[in-house]
Amino acid sequence: MLMKEEKLIKQPLLEVNNLKKHFPITKGIFSKEVGAVKAVDGLSFTINKGETLGIVGESGCGKSTAARMIIRLIESSEGSIRLEGQEISEINGKKLRAIRKDIQMVFQDPFASLNPRWTVRRTLLEPMKVYGIGKQRDREEKVYDLLNKVGLDESYAYRHPHEFSGGQRQRIGIARALVLNPKLIIADEPVSALDISVQSQVINLLQDLQEEYDLTYLFITHDLSVVEHIADRVAVMYLGKIVELADKEKLFNNPLHPYTEALISAAPEVETENKKERIILSGDVPSPANPPKGCPFHTRCPKAMDICKEETPKFKETFEGQYTACHLY
Amino acid sequence: MENKVLEVENLRTSFISNKKTFNAVDGVSFHINEGETIGVVGESGCGKSVTSLSIMGLIKRPGEVNADKISFQDNNLLKLNKEKMRKIRGNRISMIFQEPMTSLNPVYRVGEQIAESIRIHEKVRSSKLKNRVIDLLEMVGIPRPKEVYRYYPHQLSGGMRQRVMIAIAMACNPDLLIADEPTTALDVTIQAQILELMKELQESRGMSMMLITHDLGVVSEVCDRVVVMYAGKIVETGKVENILNHPQHPYTKGLIASLPKKGQNNGRLNYIPGQVPSPLNWGKGCRFADRCTYVMDKCLEKIPPLLDVSSEQQSACWLCEEKGGSSFANERGKVDQATIARSE
Repeated sequence: MLMKEEKLIKQPLLEVNNLKKHFPITKGIFSKEVGAVKAVDGLSFTINKGETLGIVGESGCGKSTAARMIIRLIESSEGSIRLEGQEISEINGKKLRAIRKDIQMVFQDPFASLNPRWTVRRTLLEPMKVYGIGKQRDREEKVYDLLNKVGLDESYAYRHPHEFSGGQRQRIGIARALVLNPKLIIADEPVSALDISVQSQVINLLQDLQEEYDLTYLFITHDLSVVEHIADRVAVMYLGKIVELADKEKLFNNPLHPYTEALISAAPEVETENKKERIILSGDVPSPANPPKGCPFHTRCPKAMDICKEETPKFKETFEGQYTACHLY
Repeated sequence: MENKVLEVENLRTSFISNKKTFNAVDGVSFHINEGETIGVVGESGCGKSVTSLSIMGLIKRPGEVNADKISFQDNNLLKLNKEKMRKIRGNRISMIFQEPMTSLNPVYRVGEQIAESIRIHEKVRSSKLKNRVIDLLEMVGIPRPKEVYRYYPHQLSGGMRQRVMIAIAMACNPDLLIADEPTTALDVTIQAQILELMKELQESRGMSMMLITHDLGVVSEVCDRVVVMYAGKIVETGKVENILNHPQHPYTKGLIASLPKKGQNNGRLNYIPGQVPSPLNWGKGCRFADRCTYVMDKCLEKIPPLLDVSSEQQSACWLCEEKGGSSFANERGKVDQATIARSE
């Protein structure tokens, strides 16, 4: 445990600075730009080697858009993304191809993210073929090795995705992400399509693999109990911005931002005794095309003050290792 | 004595797949008391949605519903013809579905969709009808109801749409509301709003509710009693506190243990090995047997019936027959002593 912590402090793997994505809203036959959906609006965080950073937030808060920018599926509008010190938001061509290998993704929907006409074996061989890694025999060995690692029988290699259950398909998706020995794995809601009993199997698998391969995860989810279990640090997003970022223990035991507090209290608990008092937020998340002036959360915040309507709060270190963007602090 | 609003006995709903007939719901019995909320929990494919559709008479051919009894108040729902069933459905029993986007018609204004459900069941003058719809929109907490009356579904957010669905379901003051995963597609903060709204409406109207969900947290927040289903059968049923704190069936135990908990950080999560068996491969024994850690010879031979654990909890597990019998006797003993004490 101690060793792990030491490692965490020393080596940042991914540094994201002031990352923005504005989707233009166009009108008329000349597609004149009349506005922008600020899906991600100034995101900054660091992920250290061997660490799991959880990003939580409600739908539309920009968490998936952020992941897609990091993996370069969509272009960022502004800001920098650095992997091991190397700027990757601008590179193209061969350099980009080389970097792509280092960041892999596990998707939410295991039914949609596997090619239904390919066997498992082909799905897993493909990335190695694309990158010309190893000889055919080594590649096949690796496929069987990975199947074992993710808890699937070797005989499954010649089956097609429809022959598997959701949990098994997600295991295939994880194996595919591991084929190229990536440095960073982005998992976008990897367990939310799964049933509870299977969900815990997959979470355990992700943790086992992290230990074995010294993996770094960016774990995106809307489920607080999952993120509390798996993450080392947690970032809470609201309307394209991080409102709070802290170590898991600090964030869950002493949430600073009123949104974090409401989010934690809104999650239904199985506990039947000592029920906590719930904070029920009124209203909906405002549209990112027309975010409110000042703090984006002030329209729903139970603790809103006058200043919140005027000035956007700065994202700053409130206590040691606990960052928040709120005028209360 | 509490009045039963709905009573279901030995419900079997069968479908045909690849020329083989199988029961998606296989001998389910339960009841709902007046003003009570019961939760039906289980994983996908366990038959919880099919149970609710069977009650509503919404199973299409070649699907077939068989039961010893499905009675709603004084009506035997199995014997009703289509015409009479239509009078009950949407009027005295109504339903909310999971996905508010697909269950609203995108080309009609939401106000008209709510009005339609009233118009079908009652004769109301159109001037009054509109006011009633606006009152309903207000009741489910929609701001600016007069304006929203004229909105199309796409102009509303997910939470607002689900409120419209609730307004449609509540339009005729139903006695029973069946909600099939009403908050699964919603965000947590919106989920909390909707659950709060449903609880309020239920309490103020004394309505009964059947809440189908896969989320044990939701059950613990809203329900009085809970029915746990696995592979088309009820494996355990009882009061929410009993089931969540003292589950008896290994499946319920596993399910509760699988949830990530506070203070269990970085450790391994408990899980249930294996997967839910396909309805085509159900053996003659207990359907949980191949995933169960306590499996005995008997489990492979015979399906356990629901056995009394206490007067308020039943579990379909042979383990409960052995140890449960005695503990049930003890419970009984206590009750007897209590009644004796009172009579003295």
